[in-house]
Amino acid sequence: MTAHPTSPQFKENAARALADTQLQRALGNVRSGFIDKRQAAADRLPEFEELRDQARDIKNHTLQHLDLYIERYEAKVKAAGGHVHFARTAEEARALVLQICRDQGARTVTKGKSMITEEIGLNAHLEGAGITPVETDLGEYIIQLRGEMPSHIIAPAVHLNATQVEEDFRRVHTHLDAERDLSEPVQLLTEARAVLRQRFLAADVGITGANFLVAETGTSIIVTNEGNGDLTQILPKTHIVLASIEKLVPTLEDVSQILRVLARSATGQELSVYTTFSTGPRREADLDGPENYHVILLDNGRSSMLGTSFEEMLRCIRCGACMNHCPVYHAVGGHAYGWVYPGPMGAVLTPTLIGVDKAGHLPNASTFCGRCESVCPVRIPLPKLMRHWREREFERHLTPATVRSGLKTWAFFAKRPGLYRLATRIGMGALALAGRAKGRFAWLPFADGWTKHRDFPVPQGGTFQARWAQERAKRAA
Amino acid sequence: MTSARDDILSNIRRSLGVTGAERTRQGIVDERIDRAPRGVIPKRGQVSGRERLDLFRAQVEGALATITEVASPDEVPAAVAEFLRGHNLPATIRRGDDPRFAAMPWAETALEVSQGVSEGRDLNAVSHAFGGVAETGTLVMVSGPENPSTLNFLPDNHIVVVEAKDLQGDYESAWAKVRRAYGKGEMPRTVNFITGPSRSGDIEQTLLLGAHGPRRLHVIVVGG
Ligand code: SF4
Repeated sequence: MTAHPTSPQFKENAARALADTQLQRALGNVRSGFIDKRQAAADRLPEFEELRDQARDIKNHTLQHLDLYIERYEAKVKAAGGHVHFARTAEEARALVLQICRDQGARTVTKGKSMITEEIGLNAHLEGAGITPVETDLGEYIIQLRGEMPSHIIAPAVHLNATQVEEDFRRVHTHLDAERDLSEPVQLLTEARAVLRQRFLAADVGITGANFLVAETGTSIIVTNEGNGDLTQILPKTHIVLASIEKLVPTLEDVSQILRVLARSATGQELSVYTTFSTGPRREADLDGPENYHVILLDNGRSSMLGTSFEEMLRCIRCGACMNHCPVYHAVGGHAYGWVYPGPMGAVLTPTLIGVDKAGHLPNASTFCGRCESVCPVRIPLPKLMRHWREREFERHLTPATVRSGLKTWAFFAKRPGLYRLATRIGMGALALAGRAKGRFAWLPFADGWTKHRDFPVPQGGTFQARWAQERAKRAA
Repeated sequence: MTSARDDILSNIRRSLGVTGAERTRQGIVDERIDRAPRGVIPKRGQVSGRERLDLFRAQVEGALATITEVASPDEVPAAVAEFLRGHNLPATIRRGDDPRFAAMPWAETALEVSQGVSEGRDLNAVSHAFGGVAETGTLVMVSGPENPSTLNFLPDNHIVVVEAKDLQGDYESAWAKVRRAYGKGEMPRTVNFITGPSRSGDIEQTLLLGAHGPRRLHVIVVGG
């Protein structure tokens, strides 16, 4: 698992992705899987567009009053017997998790799928401290075995084919019969289920993210299809919720509004299989559930996005629709984006989290076709925000002093020691990195740099645009 | 050194250009939490009686669960036994100490019934739902010794009993019911919304049932 950004190499990453036949085959599943399902789900609910407005407005309202909702939420969690911790940076969040694990004498922790733990590079940190983190979402488990980052925010292993998963299971599950049949996806699932069941039962601490935090009740909410998040949080003695501050919503009614657009936008389901509302540790009469309940609220740069044009990005509910509908994502997959968050949402968010100097190429990974904005359930103007970054990057490129920009990078990292360490771990100082990036990847207008590559492997079934035009014609007919 | 909490709150306030002490803002937030206004409620769920039950049925099946109806609680054990027989499953179940179960004639079936939490070895579990939401065929489960949460996730086959009178049209009405039972602003430790059996699409986006939770979800509606 790595959180070292390779975003500055987006162009190389993309070229490699385009030439990767396994990846290209797997990406066909994104192109064919998500788009029609979302559309069908939206069509079944006449109020869908109105609910998108509601979701946008609820998030905007909450962000405008975020300080107060956090205070009210904190008070309710405490009243329910839980603990709330605050982390300014990734480093602080990692330290808090580790401290709680150590207090519990934890040896293994199970993890529900959580992008925030990817953002802060939690697994490497726990491993470094002698604690074994076990990813339990099937996709996350697979990429953990491979030492990879997720390539999609809701389908982390979407870049892989079943044969690759089979190879990994044979390599790692050496206690099982080498002759066993794993030719069917369901056999892979059954094997993972059995292996992970043991890990669930043995874990000392369970760590999940949260899709929402409810101020009214002090409740954290996870949304899953597998049930792994629930086993992660009800079986161990201690449950840690790691969530960023923008997950707050005022009431259960507000969550209900947003839930109606989340699963439909993500997978085209009416509702995900498990939507779980957790409030504090187990109650006196309870026979199961965690004895300790901790919430870690992470800022990591988000409070500074408020009041800027990037505030709108804080509405994101991580549904993945923007990448599912993005022709660039379809062509290169998630890893090319080089960090935790891929696709259009990543192109906007990554520069705010790791610094524009390290991610500044990402906003160029766009055709500005507008599909992402048109499907975003909380109506984030993604193309506008990408353009915003792009202009800023362009401005900076025009300043001849590469060194000056390098210094700015250093100042940025100096204020964020966790990220600084991350940056230096890739083998060069942040200064050198920014300087080198500037020298090597002169800013290229989209048309001549990246479209040149974009056309060479013809994806199965034609280009996105062609498919899209076809689909539209079909629907109009 | 200021605490992380104070730093984060004051940075939010600086970005928003507020102090946090403004009366109007406080009032807006308190009022919203207090009143918990409903937003847009889909028309789909705004039906009652048989129509609501039919919608619930259709949505449960759409989520790949199965569903049956019985006239009275006395018929539940037989319906459970029949489901297990129909899938060639052993006639053993685990359940919590819900008084509604205690009143049912389990002894009239050949079912072997054990009680309490699951430790991961039970094949079949029976739970009683707090309610259901017709809009999406969603079961509303609350934690407690009556229906331990582990039973919702560890067994391979999960059978859930719900009374027709506890079905609501939409989530908001289900929350109103939770508030009546637990008090405004209060929640049981866990509320599980369950919509269909466990699944994963993580291998080549192929839909596979029974990822970590139950492979089968069977709903028994009482008194429709
Ligand atoms: S930006 Fe919008 S579409 Fe993309 S993941 Fe976030 S909420 Fe979903």
